[in-house]
Amino acid sequence: MKEILEGKVIKFGDNVDTDQIIPAEFLVTGDPKELAKNAFVKVRPEFRNIVKEGDIIVAGRNFGCGSSREHAPRALMGAGISCVIAKSFARIFFRNSINLGLTLIECDIKANEGDELLVDLKGGTIKNKKSGEVFEFKPLPAFLLKIVEKGGLMEYVKEVLNEKNSHNAR
Amino acid sequence: MGKTISEKIIGNKAGVNVEAGQIVEANVDYVMVNDVTGLPAFEQFEKLPKGTKPFKEKIVLIPDHYVPNKDVASAEQAKRMRDFAKKYEIENYFEVGRGGVCHQLMIEKGFVAPGRLIVGADSHTCSYGALGAFSTGIGSTEAAAVMAIGKLWLKVPDSIKITVNGKLDNYVYGKDIILHVIGDIGVEGALYQAMEYYGNTIENLTLSDRISISNMAIEAGGKAGIIPPDDKVFEYLQKRVRGNYNPVYSDKDAYYIKEIEYDAADIPPTVAKPFLPSNTAPASEVDVKIDQAYLGSCTNGRIEDLRIAAEILKGRKINPEVRMLVVPATKEVFNQALKEGLIDIFEKADCFVCGPTCGACLGGYMGILADGEKCVATTNRNFIGRMGHKNSEVYLANPAVVAASALEGRIVDPREVL
Ligand code: SF4
Repeated sequence: MKEILEGKVIKFGDNVDTDQIIPAEFLVTGDPKELAKNAFVKVRPEFRNIVKEGDIIVAGRNFGCGSSREHAPRALMGAGISCVIAKSFARIFFRNSINLGLTLIECDIKANEGDELLVDLKGGTIKNKKSGEVFEFKPLPAFLLKIVEKGGLMEYVKEVLNEKNSHNAR
Repeated sequence: MGKTISEKIIGNKAGVNVEAGQIVEANVDYVMVNDVTGLPAFEQFEKLPKGTKPFKEKIVLIPDHYVPNKDVASAEQAKRMRDFAKKYEIENYFEVGRGGVCHQLMIEKGFVAPGRLIVGADSHTCSYGALGAFSTGIGSTEAAAVMAIGKLWLKVPDSIKITVNGKLDNYVYGKDIILHVIGDIGVEGALYQAMEYYGNTIENLTLSDRISISNMAIEAGGKAGIIPPDDKVFEYLQKRVRGNYNPVYSDKDAYYIKEIEYDAADIPPTVAKPFLPSNTAPASEVDVKIDQAYLGSCTNGRIEDLRIAAEILKGRKINPEVRMLVVPATKEVFNQALKEGLIDIFEKADCFVCGPTCGACLGGYMGILADGEKCVATTNRNFIGRMGHKNSEVYLANPAVVAASALEGRIVDPREVL
């Protein structure tokens, strides 16, 4: 995982649900790149044309509410989103993102569409390069940071299984 | 400082002393997936190093969302679950005709018991709190992780204490209590938190009513909805539970982030109007003409719910402009309803009755709504397009409201028409 992220802001409001992120009719694949083609297709069809690798979503409260579909964080990752900054996240979306390796930051920041952000994940700061303002956030707890750094929960699981196997072999 | 039920169960399973806010890895008793969420979990599992064996005694596989197979795609999906069960010799797989809606089946088949930690790749896994378990919904990838290593990271939630005292009026049930609470605290009112229930109203409820309450914790953003287990739970479990269990209770001086009290007498038959479960109103104030009535789901598809509706429909016919669907949640519920003559009552009242499936509850099949149609349902979600067309509407209510409304052709308070 990169410790410093730099990207341009794509802005959303409150209660962005997983149906908005990726509508149910496109849940026929788990491939992030395929899913990304229909990310926000109903509420913001231009999304796929403006999003660039490394962009950062800045949103309001309760981001990712609704169903437990993992396709939502996958679609964002496929679109190149490097992290989501929101005032709060819905619980299962939060878990799914961490477990798939998508960085989430809970923080109330001031930023407009298109502003450039500089995020220091270890240091816990977000700088808005346009306004110069700096916002502080509480970094993820160590255990979750470890999962994100490894690239998701399954990589962590592989490590646990490896340890078990080498233990058994001894 | 004392501990809540959630802190104690998660602490027991993690083998450490925990308090709210902490993140720990805990041993999971059971992990459940359904036909929709199972497939991505199986795919993740298959990516693990060759020879990885699942903790098969912890896994429960329940096809219920799109079975009996709705179409070719769902048939393929269901087949993948069957194949996974066969490949790894997983005994707890419940084929069509042997099972039913996952959450009711988990309870009936004795997987759920006080003090257990159960996770499921379905958001209404929180239902099992009604029996004093800590249970919560997770994603498919983490379900695969539990299958592989038997444990999962969890953040210990803060708890909200909800107390209900007093006598409920006629035709007011557990469903009305939870709709009333969600209407009060909102869809984010319990975000990341566990709800714990107390008071003599809750103590006097049937287990079935308590399950309706725990089932909808997620509709307030909650992680769990827990009711301290009592004799009703122990008796229910006597003939069904698998293995031993240890009931867990909160300490007298446990810390609650919020405490709310309700008077049962203030709770009327309640309806959640479109498009949020928190958009509640007394049934008497929702005068809406309906096209469909739906009795079923993990919220209200139990024998107790069918009895309530059958008593109202007995010897009558539903309104000619309404179609009513009755979907017992499991095979056991269906058989019991057959024995008690309830199926006969529904048939004679002109209801459509079918075997267990999630089907119409999630807008899957078997009861989809057309443009502009309105349905009063005993289910738990009324989001935009939940049961069909994006311009259709779902009104959430208890079984008595649904049955009485089917007779009248519009949403009514049963107390006013019966
Ligand atoms: S009955 Fe409805 S709410 Fe319950 S598990 Fe099935 S689809 Fe989900």
